[in-house]
Amino acid sequence: MKSIRFSRRRLVTISLAGVMTGLLAPLQRNARGSDFPGYTESKGVLVDLTRCVGCRTCEAACNLENQLPAPERPFNDMSIFNEQSDHLRRPDDKAFTVVNRYDSGSSVSPVYRKIQCNHCQEPACLTSCFVNAYTITAEGAVLYNHQVCVGCRTCMIACPFSVPAFCYSSAFSPQIMKCNFCYPTRLVQGRPPACVEACPRDALTFGERAELLRIARQRIKRNKGRYINYIYGENEAGGTSWLYIAGVPFNEVGFDEDIPKQPIINYVKDFLAIVPMVLTIWPGLFAGIHLLVKRRATAIDNDPKLAESDHDKTAA
Amino acid sequence: MTKPPHDSVSSAAFSGEPGRIARFVSGKILMAKSPKQYLTLVFSNPFNWLLAVVLAIGIPLLIQRYATGLGSVTHGSQDYPWGLLLGFGLFGMVPLSASGFLLSTAVEIFGRHDLKPIERLALLNGLLGYFFAVVYLLVDLGMPWRLTYPMFVSFGPAAVLFLVAWHVATYLSVQIGEMIPAFAEWIGWDRGKKFIKRITLGLTIAGIILSTLHQGALGALFCYAPGKIHPLWISPEFQWIHFFCSSIYAGLCMVIVVSTLVAFFLRLRCDENFKNSLDRITITLSRGAAYAMVTYLVIKLVALAHDQEWGYLLTGWGGYYVSEMVIGVILPLVLLTYGSRHHLIPMLRIGSLLAVLGILWNRLNTVILCYNWKLHQEIPHFKEVWLVLTILAIYIITYRFILYRLPVLFTWKESDRSNNPAR
Repeated sequence: MKSIRFSRRRLVTISLAGVMTGLLAPLQRNARGSDFPGYTESKGVLVDLTRCVGCRTCEAACNLENQLPAPERPFNDMSIFNEQSDHLRRPDDKAFTVVNRYDSGSSVSPVYRKIQCNHCQEPACLTSCFVNAYTITAEGAVLYNHQVCVGCRTCMIACPFSVPAFCYSSAFSPQIMKCNFCYPTRLVQGRPPACVEACPRDALTFGERAELLRIARQRIKRNKGRYINYIYGENEAGGTSWLYIAGVPFNEVGFDEDIPKQPIINYVKDFLAIVPMVLTIWPGLFAGIHLLVKRRATAIDNDPKLAESDHDKTAA
Repeated sequence: MTKPPHDSVSSAAFSGEPGRIARFVSGKILMAKSPKQYLTLVFSNPFNWLLAVVLAIGIPLLIQRYATGLGSVTHGSQDYPWGLLLGFGLFGMVPLSASGFLLSTAVEIFGRHDLKPIERLALLNGLLGYFFAVVYLLVDLGMPWRLTYPMFVSFGPAAVLFLVAWHVATYLSVQIGEMIPAFAEWIGWDRGKKFIKRITLGLTIAGIILSTLHQGALGALFCYAPGKIHPLWISPEFQWIHFFCSSIYAGLCMVIVVSTLVAFFLRLRCDENFKNSLDRITITLSRGAAYAMVTYLVIKLVALAHDQEWGYLLTGWGGYYVSEMVIGVILPLVLLTYGSRHHLIPMLRIGSLLAVLGILWNRLNTVILCYNWKLHQEIPHFKEVWLVLTILAIYIITYRFILYRLPVLFTWKESDRSNNPAR
């Protein structure tokens, strides 16, 4: 009997302690989403377009690492750059990354640009997903879970960089395909993604995002004239883990410069804020109108003269 | 003149419970005709032949879509993830189906009992529109068998689509509830009718809440792509109210269009009350639609001013935008205003049709044409167009099937219960 009482008291103590910790937790660490500055240890990759020569080694390494289907034409076939007249290649359901060539007006030699998921710090795909299929890890990788995906493709609409791709050819397990930062195979152990390790020109630098921003600024400062003074991805869509520096204006090499400098979710917040308003105000408002209308009808029933005077008014 | 019944159903019914189910099939489903008489009637109508052709090509395409994937019947574009199926089927059908909540609000909340004769048609139009929007969605979703995942399996409650999914599902149930009285009269289920009558006010208010939010949410979905859609078709602060406000006149005009079709082609099923009050109701609905159009135009202007988009009006896109506004909103507004003032019913009907087409045009512009405006344009695959027509054909068949049987266009009289409802 005594032991039961003891355990009961213990249970109460433990639950109270739990509640108190829960209440105190927000005081210790600011848990509000809007104030969260991002993970400090967040990783990233700096892409230096001035170093890239378009060898497509990164494409091959990515294909191997992620066991993607063999490409229609081998990765050492450079003629693929010549056949991009109408629209350029983009990451799709068979390739997580592609390199495109641009003939920029500001540069004599062509410029190459690697495209993959930029791993936003506040990803639009994640915030737009209604089944929570996307997660972001402390390392900054944005991951997709095919097991809960319904295939609505809202993430493809939401992504400002148009990265997620859909397996339209699959009838029974179509899923979204996109770069996963090599999280399951490499990043989780602190190793750089396959493309970075494969790059023979050191065009891709892996490291902590904060450190990469410092490196980028240094390179721009030390090599006067070689770079445009801009780091693409520092603020785009609220900041991305993958950052770009280039020697030509970014809009000349296919970058969208109109991408908002704030997280995409900010544009949706106005609507999300009215939801609780409508849910709480509408019932009272419309029930009230109904009661007023009903009361007037009863009043007219009791005193038909009211209706007549009303009728005269509308007729006049 | 409706879809032929399944032979196995009627034969099974004959051999099963003696008489009762068979009486139901022959009396209610076949409308007191023998299966042979019924089929002759079905194929005597040339419109049914047209529907048959659409279905004969469309059903195999539907099977192909589920057997070999979306890519085999649509353009399967990575750049245009939402095509015609959603652009027309979801974003177009839903505003045209706002009729249910609008008319039930007018009758039940605002006490406009003069609109009662058309209330059930508006409710049915709403219910079927939503139901078929979900059908379109089931064709377009990558994994349609996971449709209920956001309800039971995995939750993303901060996403706009989460709200759309829940609200459309809930609102479908509300609309089924609102249609129960008509169904109950048809099958003779008095208790069902009485129960719904007691909760009508609750259902109606739930309908207003859910409609406000999900009509708006369909617009707010595009706030996720502020940089991809041409600025004239997106203004994040006002997008939801643009979609909600335009759905008001879309729903009212759709009722005018449907009631016109019904008055011409289903005249036998309309009772005197419906026929005699239709002109008066058309004028009332037109006035309501005109008010909503003026409001819509003003908010559109507010958005232009707020986002400082005047400069775009002088570009080619601006010309296209102005033509959408003039043909899809201003011209119908003029027709509805002039027509309702001078009681010109044909003018009101043309104006309403124009407004309905204008809404479809606006939604297709937002989803497809003005989406990725800086990128290349893509033309939908002909199989996708045909799939859209196929679902539309099934929608029309279902719509007509119900109008022929349930007391929607006529008031039920107890003496009708035996056999043929309308004379």
